[in-house]
Amino acid sequence: MAQGTVSTRGQGPLTRLLMQDRGGRRLMILLALVTIIVPILNQAVPAGSLFHVSSYSMTLLGKYLCYALLALAVDLIWGYCGILSLGHGAFFALGGYAMGMYLMRQIGDRGVYGNPLLPDFMVFLNWHSLPWYWHGFNLFPFAMLMVLVAPAILAFVFGWLAFRSRVTGVYLSIITQALTYALMLAFFRNEMGFGGNNGLTDFKDILGFDLQSDSTRAGLFVASGVALILAYLLCRCIVGSRLGRAMVAVRDTESRTRFLGYRVEHIKLFTFTLSAMLAGVAGALYVPQIGIINPSEFSPINSIEIIIWVAVGGRGTLFGAIIGAILVNYAKTWFTGAFPELWLFFLGGLFVVTTLFLPKGVVGLAQQITDRIRERRAQNQNPPSAGSADIQGVDAPAGNDSTVGDRA
Amino acid sequence: MNNRGWLALLLGVILSTAAASAWSDDFTTLATQLKSRDFNTKQQTIEALAKINDPRVLTIFKAMMGGQLFYNEDNSQPYLESEKNGERQFTSVLTGKQAEGMDPFSFHRVVVNNYLRGILRDHLAGLELSSPDEGLRLKAARQMLDDPEPDDMPRIGKALERETSPKVHRVLVLAQDLIRLQKDDSAVRLAAIAGLEGQLEPDVKDALVQLVGPDGKGGSEKDPKVRAAAWSALQGINTRLWWNGIFQNVYFGVSLGAVLLLAAVGLAITFGVMGVINMAHGEMIMLGAYTTYMVQQIWPGLIEYSVFIAIPLAFCVSGLVGVLLERLVIRHLYGRPLETLLATFGVSLALQQAVRTIFSPLNRSVITPDWMSGSFAVNGALSLTWNRLYIIIFALLVLLVLSVVLRKTQFGLQMRAVTQNRRMANSMGIRAGWVDALTFGLGSGIAGIAGVALSQLTNVGPNLGQDYIVDSFMVVVFGGVGNLMGTFFGAMTLGIANKLLEPFSGAVLAKIVVLVFIILFIQKRPRGLFALKGRAIED
Repeated sequence: MAQGTVSTRGQGPLTRLLMQDRGGRRLMILLALVTIIVPILNQAVPAGSLFHVSSYSMTLLGKYLCYALLALAVDLIWGYCGILSLGHGAFFALGGYAMGMYLMRQIGDRGVYGNPLLPDFMVFLNWHSLPWYWHGFNLFPFAMLMVLVAPAILAFVFGWLAFRSRVTGVYLSIITQALTYALMLAFFRNEMGFGGNNGLTDFKDILGFDLQSDSTRAGLFVASGVALILAYLLCRCIVGSRLGRAMVAVRDTESRTRFLGYRVEHIKLFTFTLSAMLAGVAGALYVPQIGIINPSEFSPINSIEIIIWVAVGGRGTLFGAIIGAILVNYAKTWFTGAFPELWLFFLGGLFVVTTLFLPKGVVGLAQQITDRIRERRAQNQNPPSAGSADIQGVDAPAGNDSTVGDRA
Repeated sequence: MNNRGWLALLLGVILSTAAASAWSDDFTTLATQLKSRDFNTKQQTIEALAKINDPRVLTIFKAMMGGQLFYNEDNSQPYLESEKNGERQFTSVLTGKQAEGMDPFSFHRVVVNNYLRGILRDHLAGLELSSPDEGLRLKAARQMLDDPEPDDMPRIGKALERETSPKVHRVLVLAQDLIRLQKDDSAVRLAAIAGLEGQLEPDVKDALVQLVGPDGKGGSEKDPKVRAAAWSALQGINTRLWWNGIFQNVYFGVSLGAVLLLAAVGLAITFGVMGVINMAHGEMIMLGAYTTYMVQQIWPGLIEYSVFIAIPLAFCVSGLVGVLLERLVIRHLYGRPLETLLATFGVSLALQQAVRTIFSPLNRSVITPDWMSGSFAVNGALSLTWNRLYIIIFALLVLLVLSVVLRKTQFGLQMRAVTQNRRMANSMGIRAGWVDALTFGLGSGIAGIAGVALSQLTNVGPNLGQDYIVDSFMVVVFGGVGNLMGTFFGAMTLGIANKLLEPFSGAVLAKIVVLVFIILFIQKRPRGLFALKGRAIED
């Protein structure tokens, strides 16, 4: 996917980019290590050993990586372009459905009804031929193309309509929520041809590899890690470019940017579509690891949960979104296992506490603490004007200030 | 049925002459003869009983039909069997007293066969037609409408002479016309069709369809004149039924609109007037619904009035939670609508979980008071339920009260002052902080009242609020922010559009179509149907 674009640009600008981005650099190194080491620990270390990583944990981690990619997509659009999309779950789910359709076609005649062409649910519904939009999904490259194209088309059409007529702020958030809600209702219908209530499941293999085997799972894990790293580098490139600075300008004062001669709609539309495509990739990687995709992925609450990952991690930092997604989802796994009753209380509290006390998220908090320590040191050695020098331009997230444009 | 009916009539005529001479006795004598094992004797007894003008005959016949008539082998008298707390009890038909100290094995069932049942059914219809109870007469008349038998003609004629209630009278005339449709004389049939014109009872339509077929091309009728008349009558009925359908859908739409209005009007205040995105609004509705449930649990004797107790209580509960929410969370987030959205969403999750923990995740059943259940018939094909009508009235009432509060009271004045110019209002001595809290409380309280109304329509569960939050936002956004009139029109438009689409597309697709419509509408008019004019609303 994005592999070619980044690596052919050569190491020069990329290293420069990462040199400025200390948090992101560390996180990327960590992610790369995890992506390499975890599959080795799973495959090469015997099951009894202390260092063995079970397939369950690896798949769980892989799921977190997919969520992190999704959070990255949301941070790009919300953190840098100021568009609070409450419908990003829809793009994630569309990507997932595209992958699910490919996996469904791969089942072939191994389904319950043994029909070589039609998936089980269609036989069950007494359909006789494949709907037109299911054609081509037996080919992996076509399915992968659709993973990108389906969310992109939806985002482009929706964004083109919305941004052109200058629907902004809260209104945009609410209609994106309506969008994913409407899609959820639509996908629940059996007539849509996407398996209705049950969605798509019972997958057998991907590219000929058995989905249940550990080595395939390890492969999917590596794919998720690589996709996340590449997506991060892509986002970092964009954010660091002139376009990225224009995006921030749109976020902070939309009208002024427009008066300066920028085509605000185009900037927004580009970011929105790109973000939707990233979300689609996340969904496509998520589905084979989880083994099911159903319409509940479209439910508005899922989309809002993504927002809280980004908010917890730190909006407008990119790597903060990744940290937030992994932190919150780890907490979710732990809570729903240990205290299922308390999870929603915790999540609810997290929303309130983050918005009230941590406008810049965990990353902002860490930065605040290090800044304060550094300031202390600086004060001890030589009095004023040291502290603020090493806060980087890109990294100074505008948590609070950013909403200036949203004021109603 | 027809054959047996004729036979019964014939037998009836023969036997009634015999009965008049042989058993000129009273009810008691005849009733004791029912114990006979011989079906012929039983039949004669039944015919004789039918002649007597005694209300107890109806009881006996009904009990015989249901196999609950017994006789005692010692005194030969008839008894009614009933069951109480798993024990069989016998009540004397003659005295109406319960049999005591009698051996339960001395009672034997009065056995009836299918033939006797047919006779009984015919007599029951006749007896019910002359019953003093109007409801019973109407029921009997409707039964005749369902199954028009030429044998019933004389009975109907007699009943028509006596009948005083116009309702029953009308149904009887219809039944008469339906029977006439089966006559051989085409002039009689034509007259009957004239009588049936414009009547919306399904039976009438069925009979006409049988004559000429659903498209005017089939059917049993041969005479072209009668065919033409029947076809035009059928078409007239179809047109009226179509209008009926439209009217019914509009009524459903208005009642859905009323529900949306109730759910959204609180949001119109918190979102529209204060600019706060309250994602916990749905949970305020849920709290109101649970308050109704609690009221019914605490005072089970006052179910009929529970709604009236619940309305002020729900207002207080949800309003209080709203004030707390405003003071603790939202106060710190004014001017940052996206952040309030997230924070209140967190609150909504916590409230849902709290309800799940306290009441269980299952739906609770809230009882609908008697005066709210049931329906009233507008015409033969259309009946409207009371609860929807009450909801419509209630929603309008709430809207009215709210607009009076906003326009005519001191609090409303202060509220508007604070929204228009906060600093100026502050310097004029208005405590803006408190006005904010109370405004938010008002919006939440109204959501609580909406919850009381919703508890009468849908299941009360932890997800109740979530089901309405998207719709409520749609209404407010569609109608235009900060405008009660807009909310009203928004709710009604969406409700009616939804229900008018439903017959063509099904419920889910109708909802999707409406959502897509709103998304497109927002593109055209980003500030809604009734946008506020002026600079204040621009960023």
